Amino acid sequence: MSRYALWAVTWALIVLVLLMSPAVVVAEALKTGLQPALASLSDPDAQAAIWLTLEVTAVSVLVNTLFGILAAWVLTKYRFPGRSALLVLVELPLSISPVVSGLVWLLLFGAQGWWGSVLEQAGIHIAFAVPGIMLATIFVTLPYVVRTLVPLMEQQGRDAEEAAMLAGAGFWNILWRVTLPGARVALFSGILLTTARAMGEFGAVSVVSGHIPGMTETMPLHIESLYNGYQTVAAFSMAALLAGMAMMAVLLRSVPERLARRKEAQA
Amino acid sequence: MKQAVLSFLRGGGSALPGYRLALAATLVWTGFFILLPLSALIIRPWQDGVGAMVAALHDARMFAALWTSFSCAFLAALLNIPLGLLLAWTLVRGDLPGRRVADAVIDLPLALPTAVSGITLATLYGPQGWLGAPLAKLGLVLAYSRTGIVLALMFVGLPFVVRTVEPVLKNLPRDMEEAAVLLGARPWQVVTRVIIAPLLPALLTGFGLALARGVGEYGSVIFIAGNQPFKSEIAPLLIVVRLQEFDYAGATAIALILLLMSLLALVLVSLVRWRLSVWGEQA
Repeated sequence: MSRYALWAVTWALIVLVLLMSPAVVVAEALKTGLQPALASLSDPDAQAAIWLTLEVTAVSVLVNTLFGILAAWVLTKYRFPGRSALLVLVELPLSISPVVSGLVWLLLFGAQGWWGSVLEQAGIHIAFAVPGIMLATIFVTLPYVVRTLVPLMEQQGRDAEEAAMLAGAGFWNILWRVTLPGARVALFSGILLTTARAMGEFGAVSVVSGHIPGMTETMPLHIESLYNGYQTVAAFSMAALLAGMAMMAVLLRSVPERLARRKEAQA
Repeated sequence: MKQAVLSFLRGGGSALPGYRLALAATLVWTGFFILLPLSALIIRPWQDGVGAMVAALHDARMFAALWTSFSCAFLAALLNIPLGLLLAWTLVRGDLPGRRVADAVIDLPLALPTAVSGITLATLYGPQGWLGAPLAKLGLVLAYSRTGIVLALMFVGLPFVVRTVEPVLKNLPRDMEEAAVLLGARPWQVVTRVIIAPLLPALLTGFGLALARGVGEYGSVIFIAGNQPFKSEIAPLLIVVRLQEFDYAGATAIALILLLMSLLALVLVSLVRWRLSVWGEQA
């Protein structure tokens, strides 16, 4: 009897606290039907926001994957003084408030920042422009690829790499043909996490963006201005699209794991 | 010293190629994207003179906002402990029907972009919302107050508690509870001494992670918070307000305190965990 009560309480909790929110997003987006929802997404400002989000996400994923792989290589295949400090450093952005993660870039490149006015005179705009949004997003998503790669590459040890080296392979060959194939699943998962976080970043981007519709508004920022302008249907349609994209990235992470399990079951 | 420098330059004696190239890339990356902005955060507030910093620290509105952020995050993390424990327990031990779906749904707050959570929670608990409207009839007003902030932070923090408790609970042998019952323990004794005691470090870690996240949370909170100065204004929002007033010193002062608060939360938790594990070994 108590078991059924426990089940009921748990499911009530899951539905009320967790499942209600995606239901609200869909219900609010489709309140006036599918047509207005789709129309709101093809608005030019909405289209610009979608493109900017994709652009910023692509740049952040590219930078943090390339450097993340090299950092994971250094952190796992060598033992050198300062290694543990570096391990702490790459995880630091996780414990920093999003707003602070945006603010730090204004301190460097804002009008009152260290280099802002000099660069501004040279015609280079970083704060309240797209480069600032990219810097803030890279900062926020920096840890994800490294921290998924490090435990796995640590476990791999370096026997295979040393064997490849003795066989005459160079650095890039070892990395590309020996180390990364074994870390494929972790790398994939780290990239998808970076993608999901980059698309949804709000606080950091909000501080450096300047909120110019059609120019420096990413999807989350556009959602905010639509919502504050009482355009509920448009706000929630954009929210549904963004949430769908982010959740898709998160869910895709379990695909290679499931494929591997199926292969094992067959063998 | 010389040896440490040499070892740093040579990768600690490993013969694998690529060390210097990869190290240089890593240092450039972390240097430009982490060390540089953080040193700006630490140095910049003092550049307008110590007087400006002291003046910024005399701001009552700032302390009210910091207190709101901290107290709401603390309360939300505290309330998440029993909720998270219950969810983790039924997922691991309860043979819950639909376990796999439930398991996937737990991570939802982490996957949902914060702006989406923000407008959704504000709508859900707002005066016309699915949950807000019936509760308002009962006289419970949740949105646009500190209660709203706590609710939003509970939503965001819940996965941290569940996901840190779950693996420990999985490794906890079931026969311990049976043994305790056979030895004459009462049900509440089994819960507090056999189940909760070994989970304490994990519960604390989950609490600390939720607290550290909650103190700095912005997107999921501002839509439901009401944002009234001295009442329901969170510290990250006050940073944004100060920036709009072009008050960089004020904004940076808040940011610095906020950063120290969340780092302190994480350090305290790891200290307490270490203490608990020392006790565990002695016992």
